[in-house]
Amino acid sequence: MNYQQQWVALSTLVRKEIRRFTRIWVQTLLPPAITMALYFVIFGKLIGERIGEMGGFDYIQFVVPGLIMMAVLTNSYSNVTSSFFSAKFQRSVEELLVSPTPNYIILLGYCLGGMARGLAVGVIVTVLSLFFTQLPIHSWLIVVSIVTLTAMLFALAGFINAVYANTFDDISIVPTFVLTPLTYLGGVFFSIDLLSEFWQSVARLNPILYMVNTFRYGLLGVSDVNVTGAIIGLVVCVLVLFFVALHLLKNGKRLRA
Amino acid sequence: MTAALSIRNLTKTYGDKFEALKGISLEVQPGDFFALLGPNGAGKSTTIGIICSLVRKTGGVVEVFGINTDTHFSEAKMNIGVVPQEFNFSMFEKVLDIVTQQGGYYGLPVRVARERAEKYLRKLGLWEKRSTPARMLSGGMKRRLMIARALVHEPKLLILDEPTAGVDIELRRSMWDFLQEINAAGTTIILTTHYLEEAESLCRNVAIIDQGDIIKNTSIRELLKELNKEVFIFDCSGDLTATPSVAGYHTRLLDERSFEVEIEKGQSLNRLFEALTAQGLDIVSMRNKANRLEELFMAMVADNQKRGDKGVAQ
Repeated sequence: MNYQQQWVALSTLVRKEIRRFTRIWVQTLLPPAITMALYFVIFGKLIGERIGEMGGFDYIQFVVPGLIMMAVLTNSYSNVTSSFFSAKFQRSVEELLVSPTPNYIILLGYCLGGMARGLAVGVIVTVLSLFFTQLPIHSWLIVVSIVTLTAMLFALAGFINAVYANTFDDISIVPTFVLTPLTYLGGVFFSIDLLSEFWQSVARLNPILYMVNTFRYGLLGVSDVNVTGAIIGLVVCVLVLFFVALHLLKNGKRLRA
Repeated sequence: MTAALSIRNLTKTYGDKFEALKGISLEVQPGDFFALLGPNGAGKSTTIGIICSLVRKTGGVVEVFGINTDTHFSEAKMNIGVVPQEFNFSMFEKVLDIVTQQGGYYGLPVRVARERAEKYLRKLGLWEKRSTPARMLSGGMKRRLMIARALVHEPKLLILDEPTAGVDIELRRSMWDFLQEINAAGTTIILTTHYLEEAESLCRNVAIIDQGDIIKNTSIRELLKELNKEVFIFDCSGDLTATPSVAGYHTRLLDERSFEVEIEKGQSLNRLFEALTAQGLDIVSMRNKANRLEELFMAMVADNQKRGDKGVAQ
């Protein structure tokens, strides 16, 4: 397959993925918009006004970057897990496996689909947040790069989850028992300065803390973590997960008998 | 001439124990209509799975038009179209999207893929259903959809695993016509089927696979020559009072107007008819009791299993 044909295969797969989540927008785009709007009302306005400032900003300005990031990462992840696992479950993944499409194109196609949903939800949530507060942009470069890398990382993680999953339960375990706690404890709602030294050290083991804080830095210019280190770490994680996922595809893990 | 499909010493062991393929070798020539027959669990689907890379082989070599599927994965796959036994498309997608997308996975630009999708959907009588989600199609339509999808990149080798399973007779016949048409246009076809009538009607060459081994690989014509006896059923215009008796032939009364005759290889049908006419019988129709290929197939598989059982006993 030459590069032009590979490009066609990739764009076909990405279009299919985008068509999938837009066709079922009531399940994919609307719920995060409603959930985040509720977060903005309750945590931002009702409770937030009593909390006052955090990190030198109004509480709602402080939580919005974290909430946007939460929406991006959970939607990137769940798009790939549900789409790829459904394709496995219905065996429609065989359409790709019998074709000459290289494994890296299959992986990229699903990940770009997941990223597209994560970023689409991110944009929706950002637009909604503007009804509640103003969002300054400290660095466009950091905002774009951290959102893209985070969406990619969670799309890849979702792919690996879907490869290993045998049942629909298996694709809900990680989001429920790993992603949600890590996200809530990842500095979305609070600065880790509020924690004791011991719990700050524990919190620094949470990778989501770095993504949320780097994104917050891109918007507000404040962060609990080293931004450069966070971006480098994220690039390394993306590369590691990409090669792990590619290895699983190449070996046909739970895909080929 | 380079074979359309060449398989050498192909082995597949599932886990540590079950040997699904025990080193089979097979060649299918370009333009052939080839049947791969065998009882359930014989290794047919495993063989097809390996050719189209859904199953990882344990050993051996597979070449498609001289292209090694291990070393030139993409090139080899460009030449293969596969119609699996089970439905394997997204039930929520529309018919046209499923076929067009498959073209995209083979590198066909959208415009070409849509044109090809229209061509094959029209040929298979599915164009009117192009905007219907796949789950809304009948079983026969779903099978035709899989054929259209397998053809969208116009492969030189089409592999069909039980394509007419569960399809009504009329539709089966129209699918046979379609497959014969594309075979006549130059596409090599490999077919697995449980309907031996289908193999006899469509295919020129056949391999019979049983317990992971190829026990016969020849032309259908040669295979049928091995048939030592056939049983024919004769229907008479009037009632029979007793079983017609003809020296040298085994006969058996079936009902008041029909009887069967076992005819061994080399026995004359003319002599039989003369004898029946002499007895005043008016024969109005005659047919094979069972499909000829089916009889042979059953005998071969039974022999092979007997040999296998003896091997185990030893």
